[in-house]
Amino acid sequence: MRWRLLITITLLSLSLNSCKKEGSGGGNANEIVLGEYASMTGGTATFGQSSHKGLILAIEQSNNAGGVIGKKIKLITEDDQSNQDQANAAVQKLISRDKVVAILGEVASSRSLAGGSVCQKFKIPMLSPASTNNTVTEIGDHVFRICFTDDFQGAVCGRFAAKRGWKKIAMLTDARQDYSKGLAKSFRDAYGRSGTIIMEESYRTDDRDFKAQLTKIKGASPDAVFVPGYYGEAILIVRQAREIGLNVPLFGGDGWDSPETLKLGSIGNGCYYTDHFHREDPRPEVKKFIDDFHAKYNEDPDAMAVLGYDAGNVMLDAIKRAGKADSSAIRDALAATKDFPGVTGKITIDEKRNARKPIVILELRDGATHLAETIAP
Amino acid sequence: MDQLPQQLIIGLSVGATYALIALGYTMVYGVLRLINFAHGDVYMVGAVSGYYLSNWMVKKNAPLALTLTVVFAGSIVICAVLGFVIERFAYRPLRSRPRLVVLITAIGVSLLLENLAQLGVFFGPTPRQYPESIKMALATQVFRAGSAISLTYSDILSLSVSLGLMALLTWVILKTRTGLALRAVSFRFDTAALMGVNTDRIISFTFMFGSSLAAVAGVMDGLRYNVYPLMGILYGLKAFVAAVLGGIGSIPGALVGGLLIGLVETLVKAYISSAYADAVAFLILILVLLVKPSGLFGSQAAEKV
Repeated sequence: MRWRLLITITLLSLSLNSCKKEGSGGGNANEIVLGEYASMTGGTATFGQSSHKGLILAIEQSNNAGGVIGKKIKLITEDDQSNQDQANAAVQKLISRDKVVAILGEVASSRSLAGGSVCQKFKIPMLSPASTNNTVTEIGDHVFRICFTDDFQGAVCGRFAAKRGWKKIAMLTDARQDYSKGLAKSFRDAYGRSGTIIMEESYRTDDRDFKAQLTKIKGASPDAVFVPGYYGEAILIVRQAREIGLNVPLFGGDGWDSPETLKLGSIGNGCYYTDHFHREDPRPEVKKFIDDFHAKYNEDPDAMAVLGYDAGNVMLDAIKRAGKADSSAIRDALAATKDFPGVTGKITIDEKRNARKPIVILELRDGATHLAETIAP
Repeated sequence: MDQLPQQLIIGLSVGATYALIALGYTMVYGVLRLINFAHGDVYMVGAVSGYYLSNWMVKKNAPLALTLTVVFAGSIVICAVLGFVIERFAYRPLRSRPRLVVLITAIGVSLLLENLAQLGVFFGPTPRQYPESIKMALATQVFRAGSAISLTYSDILSLSVSLGLMALLTWVILKTRTGLALRAVSFRFDTAALMGVNTDRIISFTFMFGSSLAAVAGVMDGLRYNVYPLMGILYGLKAFVAAVLGGIGSIPGALVGGLLIGLVETLVKAYISSAYADAVAFLILILVLLVKPSGLFGSQAAEKV
């Protein structure tokens, strides 16, 4: 617990130092300065802190192994307080004051959109670990991501529901999240005529009692309920559904991924969600990452931590291939990323700067996830 | 329509929390004419304390009844102390200043508590759940009629606890010397002081009692939902609205206001549209206040000049 504070203080003093000492050039000859903006505090602090932990781990491992192209990596982290305007300011600061050569961030699509347009303006490459909204990489040729898009994810959910033979689907979406609405939309398109969406209910982020909607859904007796929200609410929804005796499968997207979801134990049985990686995946990268993460933080990584780690490694790999700490060379190297062996699978950046990679569908059973299906891009 | 009884139970059970928090707003407003914006965060601190206490008790393999007693009592004590400290160090030094200064301080205290709780050393940003064994026990159905109605222990607990606490509060205010002093301070602050009422002590008492009620609400919601540092924002707001709806300063008003907001919210979700639940609930609030500006149970503003 205490080291976390220590890291924050160290980072703070680092960033203070950098503003005193270095006017230009992005660090001294022996280091490369990367910027990160993340929601370290505020409403979605859990996402920012998780991806930050993954990223720190990636950079630390690289520095301990001698760094890239003979230089150490220095990361400057700015907290955007889960706030769109702050994200904009944080990126401005990273570029103009800290002279970073490339930027990592953000998890939330709304803030990646704010920060991404600044990066595009200054021609600094930005790599988002987890913003799944389609519009993020449409900003311009300097904005990349290493996760799949909502369109793809929603479509996979729709096809999955059709394949399972669920004929009557009820939806419960978060009216305050573009993420949730985006998934619902692409789900609807992909599910199409495989059955009927008999009911569409919604809630708002931070709601905690869903029994009114669930009671209503139960009255319509659906075959399954699609809940494309974040885990904070999804956990409560699953629990309350079972409490009122709504025992059909509930399923959602990667927003469900969290160690907290696993704590549902047997209550979560018969629920599914799409995700970036599978904890019990036999590939050596996955096992090594989970062990390393556990050794450093004494906790299990969630999807955001894995994506933060992969984003860091993809970025380091791009710098290595670029051969120099130069923004436009790094941009070109990022765009040329092919079959990078990340923890979340082989990552290839396509011409739209999105990652092409497999998606997994996980089933919850007695507090653990089991691979239900892997779907290639 | 066969869902109606179930939806009413849900509404009352949700409203019970609003009512408990609203009582704290209303009590403080009654004596100081201050909207204590940090009150929602005291509710959060109650839930957080309960989280740690319950995990500690479960680790010790304590029986359920003892665990619940310790969790409730412990959180009450912690929040009462917190309420005292907030008033003593944040509000009291500013009492003679314009009311706006104290109001801004209240917002400051609220932000301080929210952000402290987000630090890993205190709690961290991730929503967490109370121990499964307690949650399971409370989510057990005690009553079931057909497939339409089910009533869990936590529904009964939340309703009976808030009604019980309101009865206790009413008794304290109407039948004890402290209550008499409280009414005097609330009626006219300066005169009460001149009559020998120790106003500082009464105000401390008010904060401590209000915070204890918030602690109970926090633990109850922690038990049936979850705990996270920003949980007090939305609930604080809803409870504040409940207090205004019932007539701020009025104790039965806070209870009725809280239950009403819970019911309206639930029924709108169930029968009109879940997307517009908040909008409709607040529209009703505006309509009520247009017809009766002092709230349902509010006294006329004239006597406070």
